[in-house]
Amino acid sequence: MSATVPAAQGSRTAEVEPGTGRGRGGRPRRAPRSERARAEARLGWYLAGPAFVVMLAVTLYPILQAFWESLFNYRLTAPEERGFIGFGNYGVILTDPVFWRALGVTTLIMVASVVVELVLGFALALVMHKAIRTFRGLLRTAILVPYGIITVVSAFAWFYAFDISSGYVNRWFEWVPGIDADLNWFASQGTSLFVIIASEVWKTTPFISLLLLAGLAQVPGDLDEAAAVDGATWWQRMRRVTIPNMKAAIMVAVLFRALDAFRIFDNVFIMTNGANGTEVLSLLAYRQSISRLEIGLGSALSVLLFACVIVICVVAIKLFKVDLAGARGER
Amino acid sequence: MVGRARRRSRPGGPPQDPPSAARRTGPVRRRAAVAVGLAAALLATTAACGAEEGPPTLTWYINPDAGGQQRIAQECTEAAEGEYRIAVATLPRDANAQREQLARRLAARDASIDLMSLDPPFIPEFANAGFLAEVPDDVAEQASEGVVEGALQGATWEDRLVTIPFWANTQLLWYRTSVAEAAGLDMSEPVTWDQLMEAAASQEVLLGVQGAKAESLTVWINALVASAGGEIVANPEAASDEVELSLDSDAGREAARILQAIGQQGLGGAGLPTADENASLALFQGDRGSFMVNWPFVWTATEGAVEDGSVDQAVLDDIGWAMYPAVAAGSEARPPYGGINLGVGAFSDHPDLALAAALCIVEPERQAAYFVSDGNPPSATAAYEDPEVQEAFPMADLIRQSLEQAAPRPQTPFYNEISAGLQETWHPVGAVAPDRTPRTSGEFITAVLRGEQLL
Repeated sequence: MSATVPAAQGSRTAEVEPGTGRGRGGRPRRAPRSERARAEARLGWYLAGPAFVVMLAVTLYPILQAFWESLFNYRLTAPEERGFIGFGNYGVILTDPVFWRALGVTTLIMVASVVVELVLGFALALVMHKAIRTFRGLLRTAILVPYGIITVVSAFAWFYAFDISSGYVNRWFEWVPGIDADLNWFASQGTSLFVIIASEVWKTTPFISLLLLAGLAQVPGDLDEAAAVDGATWWQRMRRVTIPNMKAAIMVAVLFRALDAFRIFDNVFIMTNGANGTEVLSLLAYRQSISRLEIGLGSALSVLLFACVIVICVVAIKLFKVDLAGARGER
Repeated sequence: MVGRARRRSRPGGPPQDPPSAARRTGPVRRRAAVAVGLAAALLATTAACGAEEGPPTLTWYINPDAGGQQRIAQECTEAAEGEYRIAVATLPRDANAQREQLARRLAARDASIDLMSLDPPFIPEFANAGFLAEVPDDVAEQASEGVVEGALQGATWEDRLVTIPFWANTQLLWYRTSVAEAAGLDMSEPVTWDQLMEAAASQEVLLGVQGAKAESLTVWINALVASAGGEIVANPEAASDEVELSLDSDAGREAARILQAIGQQGLGGAGLPTADENASLALFQGDRGSFMVNWPFVWTATEGAVEDGSVDQAVLDDIGWAMYPAVAAGSEARPPYGGINLGVGAFSDHPDLALAAALCIVEPERQAAYFVSDGNPPSATAAYEDPEVQEAFPMADLIRQSLEQAAPRPQTPFYNEISAGLQETWHPVGAVAPDRTPRTSGEFITAVLRGEQLL
């Protein structure tokens, strides 16, 4: 049994190999391209060029600008006192326990919500995948509803549901030990984080399940059938056939959600505004640059946030050992 | 404007061109389309500019209210007889968000801000940054005539009037007559926080105070410190690295003691760590309501709640009001001061007209009508004599007296840091320690102001 799938996987990768690795190696001795190929390449540039330029303008430029601003001591209400301080802002941030605490809380929210979402999302994707055709449309729509709600709105909905004076959660769940009419969810760290993570999970599980559903659809049905014929149990087929074959989809789902969760802002901003040790990095950056108008310090925080995001990307890609271009079928 | 932008983007939209056509003529066609679109947009813009004839339009950035400022804008437009028109633009609901938006716009020298409704704590910051147009002496004299003391102080920076006082807010002590009677408190005499705590503990009721990590917590701390004879900032006009906090004092420790006691004895209920003004009001209207410090909006809000049936008439009849509590018998109560002043944008094209409009807006009869319609108390003493005001707000005279006694929050350009720093260190109030919190919060805030720590 265990030999079946790696072989299948191997053959799949073997199929695509000549197009990439070896093909790239042989590029110097490539035959001259035809007129048509060149025209197509040119068209490609014409089509993608403007978008590429716009991308540079709206991403690279602000990033460079933020980095430049982060080297200054610059308060918006006192522009004439602006002065170059090198990496001084980074020094302040990296030696401040407030930053490390916020980084810890952010990471906790990211890890907890992504893990729960991955499990729930996978279950939902399986349900959607297996659902009878007549129910499929209805089911997918129903599952997608939370994702269609604006984050601020869902944050307010969750806030009011759990709020001690207007909420109904305490009354509904009175039978659960530890919950009573006097439980103030937003008065301590644990309960606040629970509500923040729960609302995040509720809102974005549909997204992850949709990505996983796409992955499930890519798994060739004959592999699964073959394994079943060989006598593999459902769990064995899941672990050895389905999941390895949708690794790329899982990685895309995890990566996108991890990045999203790491930049969490709305939920925290509305529910606690950082009270009771629920401060996250985005909120910290917001507080410095928008509330305090300290553009230098805020920019430095944003740059560090960006650096964290890059680290997460690199780690995720190394961890899953997946070629994203391959996952998209670009060969 | 939206329509124009949409039209401009349509001719250049590549998806409409078949791929083969795009390959040969795409760039040329697209360039031409963009050029035509741009030209059309330009023409439309200049046409729009040329179309603005007649009196100049002044834009007044207002905080959201029940519609009173919009009405006043209309009235003053009519009163100007063609000299100017006032259009309102609504700011976010939260006072901090209002400041953020105005500060960002003014830092970018936004000329569209002619008039703005400003929360007093942020006035020094705006004045110091040069965001406010100068108020000439004659206008200043006219605007400060017959204005309650608290509002005048709040409109001043470095001994100059920098904004025009509009309406002035203060907190009163609201109480349930039945609870006060049962506890044996004589409410015609000044009361202290300790008396309130004792009464609440003995009657097993809850105090309506604002313990949420928000501006309302700073408002409370400031009132306590001021009543104990202290102040939060020793040198409010100093530069950021020289600001000194004077919380590490008997007054600071006394304020901390009261907060801690209310928090630890559970006198504010389980909702205290998240209680803002509205939550306090809900608590006060409930079965365990007793005493509450809050702004006068609670009166109109409760009347409204009785009208739509969510609160009993008996609750409204049971409500009494008194001067804000003092920290100790014999010390003066220093109630919170709030409200809205009018600032003229430094980059406005029509500062003179904006000043004239501001003077029109703050005329006492308009303030009186605004009080009746929106529940926001006037800064002009004359407005309190209005019979309609007296009828709608039986506590109007007390509000006026409270405004004369009110203590403004620290008037420093770094108010935002100081307030947020206090909230960071004094929340939740049950964890406040009188021998430690006043000192550590002072150290924290000065470190933040010197740029050595994050907030």
